[in-house]
Amino acid sequence: MTATEETAAESAPEKPLDWLGQSIKRKEDDRFLAGRGNYIEDIDLPNMLHMAILRSPYAHATINSIDTTEAAALPGVVAVVTGELLAQHNLAWMPTLSGDTQAVLATDKVRMQGQEVACVIAEDRYVAHDALELIDVDYEPLPAVVNPFAALEEGAPLIRDDKEGQTDNRVYHWEAGDAAATEEAFLEAHKIVAVDTHYPRSHPSPLECCGCVADLNPASHRATIYMTSQAPHAIRTVFALVTGLPEQNIQIISPDIGGGFGNKVPVYPGYVVATAASLLLGRPVKWIEDRTGNLISTGFARDFHMKGELAVARDGTMLGVRVKMLSDQGYAYADAQPSKLKAGLFHIVTGSYDLPAAHVVCDGAYTNKAPGGVAYRCSFRVTEASFLIERLVQSAAVELGMDPAELRRRNFIQPEQFPYTSATGFVYDSGDYETAMDMALDKAGYGELRAEQERRRAEGGKLLGIGIATMTEALGAGPSRDYDILGIKMFDSAELRVHPTGKAILKLGVRHQGQGHETTFAQIVAHELGIPPEDILVHEGDTDNTPYGLGTYASRSTPVAGAAAAMVSRTLREKAKKIAAHLLEVSEDDLEWEHDHFSVKGAPSQTKTIQEIAFAAYTNHPMGMEAGLEGVHYYDPPNLTFPFATYVVVVEVDPETGEWKPIHVVAIDDCGVRINPMIVEGQIMGGLTEGFAMAAMQEISFDDDGNCIGSNFMDYLIPTAWETPHYDLGETVTPSPHHPLGCKGVGESATVGSPAAFVNAVVDAVSHLGVTDIDMPVTSAKVWEAIQGAGAHA
Amino acid sequence: MPTIARSVPQRWEAYVFPSNFEYFAPTTIDEALGLLAEHGDEAKILAGGQSLIPLMKLRFAAPAVVIDINRVAGLDHLEESKRGRGFLRVGALVRNATLERSELLSSRYPTMAAAAPLISDPIVRNQGTLVGSLCHADPQGDFGSVMLALDGEIVVRSTAGERRIPVKRFLDGPFTSTIRPDELAVEARVPSPEGRFSGTYLKLERKVGDFATVGVAVFVATERGKVMRAGIGLTGVGATNIKATEAEAALVGHRLSDTAIDEASRLAAAAADPRTDVRGSADYKRDVVRVYVARGLQQLTGAKAA
Repeated sequence: MTATEETAAESAPEKPLDWLGQSIKRKEDDRFLAGRGNYIEDIDLPNMLHMAILRSPYAHATINSIDTTEAAALPGVVAVVTGELLAQHNLAWMPTLSGDTQAVLATDKVRMQGQEVACVIAEDRYVAHDALELIDVDYEPLPAVVNPFAALEEGAPLIRDDKEGQTDNRVYHWEAGDAAATEEAFLEAHKIVAVDTHYPRSHPSPLECCGCVADLNPASHRATIYMTSQAPHAIRTVFALVTGLPEQNIQIISPDIGGGFGNKVPVYPGYVVATAASLLLGRPVKWIEDRTGNLISTGFARDFHMKGELAVARDGTMLGVRVKMLSDQGYAYADAQPSKLKAGLFHIVTGSYDLPAAHVVCDGAYTNKAPGGVAYRCSFRVTEASFLIERLVQSAAVELGMDPAELRRRNFIQPEQFPYTSATGFVYDSGDYETAMDMALDKAGYGELRAEQERRRAEGGKLLGIGIATMTEALGAGPSRDYDILGIKMFDSAELRVHPTGKAILKLGVRHQGQGHETTFAQIVAHELGIPPEDILVHEGDTDNTPYGLGTYASRSTPVAGAAAAMVSRTLREKAKKIAAHLLEVSEDDLEWEHDHFSVKGAPSQTKTIQEIAFAAYTNHPMGMEAGLEGVHYYDPPNLTFPFATYVVVVEVDPETGEWKPIHVVAIDDCGVRINPMIVEGQIMGGLTEGFAMAAMQEISFDDDGNCIGSNFMDYLIPTAWETPHYDLGETVTPSPHHPLGCKGVGESATVGSPAAFVNAVVDAVSHLGVTDIDMPVTSAKVWEAIQGAGAHA
Repeated sequence: MPTIARSVPQRWEAYVFPSNFEYFAPTTIDEALGLLAEHGDEAKILAGGQSLIPLMKLRFAAPAVVIDINRVAGLDHLEESKRGRGFLRVGALVRNATLERSELLSSRYPTMAAAAPLISDPIVRNQGTLVGSLCHADPQGDFGSVMLALDGEIVVRSTAGERRIPVKRFLDGPFTSTIRPDELAVEARVPSPEGRFSGTYLKLERKVGDFATVGVAVFVATERGKVMRAGIGLTGVGATNIKATEAEAALVGHRLSDTAIDEASRLAAAAADPRTDVRGSADYKRDVVRVYVARGLQQLTGAKAA
């Protein structure tokens, strides 16, 4: 080596000592950007058949008969599967994640438009689709139940007449909080403000729809099922229980997934029929869902009708909140959420406020719509709760004539109150809400904005509106004592193996769909063991080759699996210490750990790096110690984590046409310690965009006959780059006291919290005209109607 | 109480895969006309395909024969003819993206220039054509209103000869035009402007790529400060695009004053025949017509010379 080269080497940028908090580029992006991802559609097996699904055009109808003769006779068609055939194998119905039942293929009746009625299995997908047109189904239409309130009225047509003992359309009744204490608090109120609103049915609509390739090998009796699943391990267990196949013979592989947002948590009929067909035919069967199938039949989100009331004292002190909520469940109760909590975490409706009393009454109703209620980029119904309380606070500010920021400030849970037990029983781990809000208001230039708003109101033209939402989320399910899905506890796991050359593979029970796990979790191990992230392969999504876990949704991966990755790394570090002591011929007590090596106290030149130790673990380990450097950790979190944020949205509203657009969006998020800030910011921007989408345009609605309006992207609107606002981000850091790294979840915060900020902003812009509420999605037409209506009553 | 389902669309099911069809790719107009003469009713012309292909994908349309004219020579002209009083010629294969970037349009046909970048999204504009859009006759199509405002016409040809049809008579109803099954639309024509002229197109859409909730095309030509010719076309507020003739007439002979603009926008709103749907109530759409016509005309008060 020449002198010049030495200098160059010395001045080269040093690798960071600690990988925590580094915005390194995403390891997984190389293959995605190069078009080398491996999605379900990319999987082609020899001798593979293709499946297409015939769906019901009616929302509610009796099936008199299904004639498949002509379809079965079409050249290239191998089989036509109906509910009758599945019933012979006891597979016509399947359990949902909420313990209800859902039809795989309809037998007696169809109960939603788009319900799966029959499947064609053919040599190619064109033939399969041609054959669908040849199936003759004789339907007898029944009255469709579209409105959940009407569904619960006496005399409403009974939707689930297949269920023994089900005499009406009620799914559940569930309460949280203290009714008596809340009544008392309301008696003390100076004012009671009310918000009656519908959080519209929306759909996660990931870029990739659902699909699977089921391959049941008739010789080995192994079922290898490639599918778009956010929770492959749970799916394996459900499949074992439903089909009776021995669990060791089921391998679920979730290859690269093109977005999930909760939509890919449940089991859908397509998966089951393809698997059954492969079993019956002895050939692999591929099913790729189309966009309409995805939008009309798979897990929707939200659809809560909420009546909230907030009791406030004369000085603005919040005294209590009470809520009546009716959930429109569709024809099956299929929420993907902890089984004990009928309405998920909706009872976190006290938000960021020190609310001494709360009472939440929840009912669920069957309707002739698709089942679901998945956690669409949210932690089990936190989104609906956050929206309601923030709309209530906005209304209270108007009623009291107080500034909405000041009203919030007066009622925040204070930093010294943590851990804080809420009126509905959550134990908030940590928070500092006022600091985050002040930072957001400052960034938005709040004081000047109010002056500008007044000036514009006086001068005419476009109006200015300022919307604030402060958000506290509860995520990272769960402590297993409280959270399970169908009895399976919501822990998660990590298995770490360090190879002789000091490179490692980390296997996890979760399954990412774009969240950046391959980078973030490598950074966690890098932080704990000093192995650079590029030397760590993160492996997920294959049940044969990863430890058990409940999957990736509800912002639980970093709080649970991330903690498991840290803990297993620490276990390995303990073993590494023993090996280092052996190699350096000192006692363990004489060693200290620094970033990536052990050194002897007082003799810092005597060191062993993690790579040297890993090599020794296979070549020179102490007598009596097991060889190797690997371990597995199942992490059961002691509590949820409670990230928080303040969102401030500034909008311009055209009072003549109702058109509005955000001109400044500020987001101050606190998710505790950030592992990869770039990935966190990406999550927040994505979350804000989906929050904006829900506030502005996204809705799956139905006409009176139960026809789905929103079955394609012409009717179900997703914002483009053109509509999407620019985002102004900031952060505060309040570590979680119980997570090994101080992290909280973040993937969903902005989706949960920001819709209220957008709606509050539009309502604020036109509040001087007498407008107090506009339901989502806030379309220009609704703004115009609200202004007209307010004018008429003024 | 819920009612028995009655309004179920006949075949709403989702197909990503079209029905079988026979495909021809002629290279000359005569060859295309021959194919049309032979297959007529059963055939559909494929130009930009931005409406036809989605319809076929969903099997809402299942033509037995698709005649792809994209290889036909002599249909991609965008030029001004000096014949007679002069007119703009837009060939059947001129893409919306070309219109969007055309200096000829931005200097001489401002209503078209304003509408072009508002057609759907860039991907659609790269393929879609003005002539194809007119033949599709979607009442929510933007160019129908523009052509009505500008008194445009369509040139159609068959083996029997050529016809020139004013757009007002060409657009016959929702998704129906007066073109015959054996005819090929080869060109759209717009009279060249005279005097001082100006025009624009305003569109209210829920998001980029959505059809217009309301679209308004306006055009005026003035002489010595008085309106000589006025054109107002409305999108999305009727069974076809609407030419607001009474509103146009109210402007002719007057200065573009606030009073005249108010009167014209009121008459245009009266000419609209919108339906309540997911994009908004009929009242809302009618009022947006009024506001947009007024705003469009206000923008034209600084009309420039021909």
